[in-house]
Amino acid sequence: MNAVLITTFALALREIRRHLMRSFLTVLGIVIGVGSVVTMVTLGNGTTAAVQQQISSLGANILQIRPGQGFGRGGGGGSQPQPFEADDIEALRQQVAGLVSVAPLVQSSGLAVRNAANWSTTIYGTSNDYLKAQSWSVDAGRTFTVAEEQAGKTVCLIGSTVRRNLFRDENPVGASIRIRDLSCQVVGALAARGSSMGPMDQDDVVIMPVKAAQRRITGNQHVSMIMVSVDPAYDSKTVQASIKSLLRERRHLQPADADDFNIFDTQQISETLRSTTQMLTGLLGAVAAVSLLVGGIGIMNIMLVSVTERTREIGVRLAIGALGREVLLQFLVEAVVLSSLGGLLGLTLALCASLILAPMLNVPYIFDPTINTVAFVFSALIGVLFGYFPARRAARLNPMDALRHE
Amino acid sequence: MTAEPLISLRGITKTFGDGAAAFQALKGIDLDVQVGDFVAVMGPSGSGKSTMMNILGCLDTPTGGEYVFKGIHVEQLDRDERALLRRRYLGFIFQGYNLLARTSALENVELPLLYRGEPKRTRREIAMEALRKVGLADWSHHMPAELSGGQQQRVAIARAIVTQPEVLLADEPTGNLDTERSLEIMRLLEQFNDEAGITILMVTHEPDMATFARTTVKFRDGLVEAIEVGQRQDGAAP
Repeated sequence: MNAVLITTFALALREIRRHLMRSFLTVLGIVIGVGSVVTMVTLGNGTTAAVQQQISSLGANILQIRPGQGFGRGGGGGSQPQPFEADDIEALRQQVAGLVSVAPLVQSSGLAVRNAANWSTTIYGTSNDYLKAQSWSVDAGRTFTVAEEQAGKTVCLIGSTVRRNLFRDENPVGASIRIRDLSCQVVGALAARGSSMGPMDQDDVVIMPVKAAQRRITGNQHVSMIMVSVDPAYDSKTVQASIKSLLRERRHLQPADADDFNIFDTQQISETLRSTTQMLTGLLGAVAAVSLLVGGIGIMNIMLVSVTERTREIGVRLAIGALGREVLLQFLVEAVVLSSLGGLLGLTLALCASLILAPMLNVPYIFDPTINTVAFVFSALIGVLFGYFPARRAARLNPMDALRHE
Repeated sequence: MTAEPLISLRGITKTFGDGAAAFQALKGIDLDVQVGDFVAVMGPSGSGKSTMMNILGCLDTPTGGEYVFKGIHVEQLDRDERALLRRRYLGFIFQGYNLLARTSALENVELPLLYRGEPKRTRREIAMEALRKVGLADWSHHMPAELSGGQQQRVAIARAIVTQPEVLLADEPTGNLDTERSLEIMRLLEQFNDEAGITILMVTHEPDMATFARTTVKFRDGLVEAIEVGQRQDGAAP
């Protein structure tokens, strides 16, 4: 039986070689089908991963609390929403359970100057808690001391973009830079984060204690955002609810009034975006699956035509003493070899296309074993199905009828 | 030529179709063929001679009657058993050659050996020897399309005799050939009959070709009309 199998295998390979054009046409549909399905899904997965990564760079379990009614609503109200105060921070810290850190954020912009070099950048007034929530560390120097934060001393941490533009290769720690009219000592250089949020460069920033920024840059006690990081052991929804009720009370809102602040939950956004990109991946995959199906129908047509063409051949083989099952085995092996070959070529095509397209779309290339396996198995099944059944019909004919077949 | 006949048909009938459209091609054939005979089967078109050849070759099954080959009741065999019988004892030559396209002469001749499970080297040797016997050793790597009709039929003969069958069944082997090629083919068949002792049954329309046979069986309307024995004088072929 083994010798027969080897012989049959050799026979099948010889038939494939002998009819290269027919074999090529048979395989083409599968190559394109498998190639497009795997490419689409791979790029879709890459997009999902890219979005995930951008979201997680905001920090995990982070709530951003801003004055105003949130996206698209606060603007129309006319009255300027009341900003947060330093007391609000303290109240949140003491009265809401489950908060790991509470960081105020004051944002402004201005020119940073050192000697002859100057650089227009973003200025954040905040505390070490902000760095902790973002899991952001310093490359050189240190973060703020408690004394510096409480006294609002004019010290600062600089992002890697600012460092590069003002200091090039020099050590910035201990140097003095001027921000607007303010002379400020650099105590630390922040690690590079990369511009993971699209065009926004997160490293183009100067960070100083919130009191220093309020007093010397913005000139008021307002806090434009509060960044809270939630203990993973606590339910984010519950924590949000207690923050909401505390802030409503502190801002003297009546039960009928709408919130004049909003809480932005990175977790929730991340989930929404993930489900959106997954849906898009599914959609693309479905479109590509249609092309795989069309490829399958192509294989079916070629196999049907070639079996008609080969019915006489089957007749000859039967007449000279081949058993029906031997002829069938040959056709089966041919079909399996052809469609597996097509599947492999398709996977290779998808690999090449994904590796070329992924950098162009700015998404990572992620190998997905599931879709590769599924597409390959599907292509093999189509080949076997459409190669086997027409051949079985022919092998069951009377040898004489097969020989006379026109 | 007494003893047990190699082939024995008793009351063989074959009906195609059913009901009103049914057509009885064979109406009860009795025929014995002895070992080493060379039988020409003649008769007008539609007289059932090809149908009988197909039944003899186990390519088709009779509707009724008994077919005994070497003591085996062929009508009781199943599909696979008939295939094995063809594989072991029978060789076929067709009017239309029926060689595999895009397959060299040598590979065509090797084909029956493949199904006998012969190893590759043996296949090559035996197939080359068969091609030599039909005078085509130099053409072994040509495709059928590159060969003349006579040459293609000789390849087909090589394929039929490569397994050293006991019986060669030829259905109008010279039907597509001119007289000179036909005579070449007939001399080859005669040679295999004389030298290798292969029993040959041949359907033909042409009385010239039938003169090569030892026995002539005439068919008419699905019945054997006449059997003429001893037509050929051994060694005195034209």
